[in-house]
Amino acid sequence: MATQHSKAAARLMISPAVVLLLGWMLVPLTMTLYFSFRRYTPLRPGNEGWVGFDNYQRFITSSSFLDSVGTTLLMVGGILFITVVFGVLLGLLLDQPIWGQGIVRILVIAPFFVMPTVSALVWKNMFLDPVNGLLSHLWEFFGATPVDWLTQAPLFSIILIVSWQWLPFATLILLTAVQSLDSEQLEAAEMDGAPPIKRFWFIILPHLARAITVVILIQTIFLLSIFAEIFVTTSGAFGTRTLTYLVYQRVLESQNVGLGSAGGIYAVILANIVAIFLMRIVGKNLDA
Amino acid sequence: MARAVTTRKKAAYTALAWAVGLLIFFPILWTFLTSFKPEATAIADPPVFLFFDWTTENYGDVQERSNYARYLVNSIIIAGGSTLLGVLIAIPAAWSMAFVPGSRTKDILLWMLSTKMLPAVGVVYPIYLISRDLGLLDSRIALVFILMLINLPIIVWMLYTYFKEIPVDILEAARMDGASLKNEILYVLTPMAVPGIASTVLLNIILAWNEAFWTLNLTTVNAAPLTAFIASYSSPEGLFFAKLSAASTMAIAPILIMGWFSQKQLVRGLTFGAVK
Repeated sequence: MATQHSKAAARLMISPAVVLLLGWMLVPLTMTLYFSFRRYTPLRPGNEGWVGFDNYQRFITSSSFLDSVGTTLLMVGGILFITVVFGVLLGLLLDQPIWGQGIVRILVIAPFFVMPTVSALVWKNMFLDPVNGLLSHLWEFFGATPVDWLTQAPLFSIILIVSWQWLPFATLILLTAVQSLDSEQLEAAEMDGAPPIKRFWFIILPHLARAITVVILIQTIFLLSIFAEIFVTTSGAFGTRTLTYLVYQRVLESQNVGLGSAGGIYAVILANIVAIFLMRIVGKNLDA
Repeated sequence: MARAVTTRKKAAYTALAWAVGLLIFFPILWTFLTSFKPEATAIADPPVFLFFDWTTENYGDVQERSNYARYLVNSIIIAGGSTLLGVLIAIPAAWSMAFVPGSRTKDILLWMLSTKMLPAVGVVYPIYLISRDLGLLDSRIALVFILMLINLPIIVWMLYTYFKEIPVDILEAARMDGASLKNEILYVLTPMAVPGIASTVLLNIILAWNEAFWTLNLTTVNAAPLTAFIASYSSPEGLFFAKLSAASTMAIAPILIMGWFSQKQLVRGLTFGAVK
């Protein structure tokens, strides 16, 4: 029913969104790219100029870069591991017949809606504080020495906080996937005498494989740019400086814009590698 | 895959599920309870759970000391404004892609999504410069615009999937029955599209409300929303647990309630149709 006329109208209707997003993508990215090839330090003006790939080389050869990559991998990997493993278990549990299922679901999902600065600050002070935190009370109750979480195990603490925020997301998606599982297949396997572990391994897990992939990809994209949780808890100290946070410090804190922009371009490339895989899955689903 | 199970099994699952659910919810519950405690009770060892002198003075203190209401208004304007603007721009786009799909529609949708993947640190300095040169640093307009742009792909995408579900046949049937274009839009299309639009609005208000990179880095005083307000409680106020809890409760309560209503849309809105 699409006439020439309605096609033209359709193009007109899309154009504001396309133009805006194109501008949002191209203008700042081009500027960052331009800065990344220049010496640019607004706080110490006067020595600006073209430096070629100098910034890229300096950024990647500094020791803080390697540290930040390690931190990023540990942080993102740790959070992914926790949220996926517990997300699968919780998804399976919530699919069982339970009384008050709706309420339990609401309880489990709630952390996702808490703003990052609130969850970071509440955890930092009310739970992880070495003197008055709830965990230190708990430790004392069992006769153990309270731990100063954010200085003694800062990376673990942030992984814990962010996992708490993202577990609901993983659970909700994996629960959706569990619910689409064909129950007849499971019952047949049960009748044939397959033990629960085998049923999980050979029927449920393969069925969840795609949902797990999607959870990993989407979370990775969001987790690569974790900011507020680090900003509020450690400000990047004690080995919690991720690539994102390192770029933030170079650009906005020390205002070494040239160097930071080169780092920003690295971050863009990294995110794009993950995005390509996600796009492939999403694209396939669009056809179906 | 619900199957018939014995009552005993159901009781066991129920107990386990509730235990896990309460454990996950506990930090929020604890924050809520602490917000009603006197400061001394808030840090008491052993901790007091329910039996203390309930007081609402913390809420008054927070407003008095840091003018909470102003941050709240900023949050409402920024989250509401960016969502509204985004929806206005996205409706025509999603509409035409759903009903007049061309050969490039799929590519456009995927490309829009890919802009969502752009890391904020990759563009933060240019955006800072542009805002500064336009005189929009620490302004609500800049944040409305930026948050609209970062959420626009999700808005377009969600609306597209909702519009896609509206059967075109019904529209044609209405047209055959002699409905005018105005009536067609008003009585046939709108009732079918409104629930999808409402869900999209809800989820994006939540996302914009909780956004904490741009709101922290582009505001100082005037335009600072609740994310920045809470971050400013880091120290030394953060050590006053009861006040921190009151501030936190106020910042998350409205969104938590909206979130509970939109939990079903969460999967659709954040997985881009990759999980059904």
